Amino acid sequence: MIDIIGMVFIGTGLAFDVLGCLGLVRLPDVYNRLQAATKCVTLGTCSILFGTFLMAGGFTPTGFKALIAIVFLVLASPVAAHAISRGAHRAGIKLWDKSIVDSYAEDKEGEA
Amino acid sequence: MKSRIMMFVFAFAVWCILCWVPDTQHLIAGAAVALIVAAIMGSMFVTRPHMLFNPIRVFYFLFWYIPIFIWELLKANFDVAYRVIHPSMPINPGIVRLKTELKSDTGLTFLANSITLTPGTLTVDINKEDGILYIHWINVVGSDPDTTFREIGSRFEPMLKKIFEEDVVK
Repeated sequence: MIDIIGMVFIGTGLAFDVLGCLGLVRLPDVYNRLQAATKCVTLGTCSILFGTFLMAGGFTPTGFKALIAIVFLVLASPVAAHAISRGAHRAGIKLWDKSIVDSYAEDKEGEA
Repeated sequence: MKSRIMMFVFAFAVWCILCWVPDTQHLIAGAAVALIVAAIMGSMFVTRPHMLFNPIRVFYFLFWYIPIFIWELLKANFDVAYRVIHPSMPINPGIVRLKTELKSDTGLTFLANSITLTPGTLTVDINKEDGILYIHWINVVGSDPDTTFREIGSRFEPMLKKIFEEDVVK
């Protein structure tokens, strides 16, 4: 029974990871792509790891490592997205043509 | 000093979990590594220890912040999935400002991370002095402060303010 639940978690995670990758290809600019990459890949990978935790038999050595990986992934992936998007904007990468506002560029105009 | 000791305990605990089941060899190596980590990074770990040990704050964090966060994360995924699968890609992106009243580093970090993992929003930069977050929003509804606060900030800010900022919590 627990194996089936674990399989369901792994399957859901794979589906979300695929959607994240699809978003990475389809969406227009770096910021939109990061949105798909962070959200879908975070939850997808966490779901796969949680499925692994269940299938590894709960609090076994493998299970513990999977849980720790979830915590670090949730903490690290938004920070990475934040760093990439900020770096991209500072490097002068434009938003998509059809974007509506860019308050960040307005506020940064005075600076170098 | 207090911060260094806590860093040591934390690093040691993570090490023990990583090499479960611990034996003597692992424990000695772990203590050495944790000492090095605590010596280098210790002073940045916690700046306000009294916050961490307040049971009401911990309770709010575990049973109020985390369930809402997981729910928002799920919603965010279906939101992105919908936008990606939809043939005409209903996106309407832009970068907007969000005023925040949070002042502490921890509070701002959690707010920025929560915003990144909730539907349609991604934190680009933080201006700590003025309390402004720059947010890339996949479906801009409006760029005036009230709209951004209602749509983005109101889900997490009051909660994080209670957990990380206020001097007395009830």
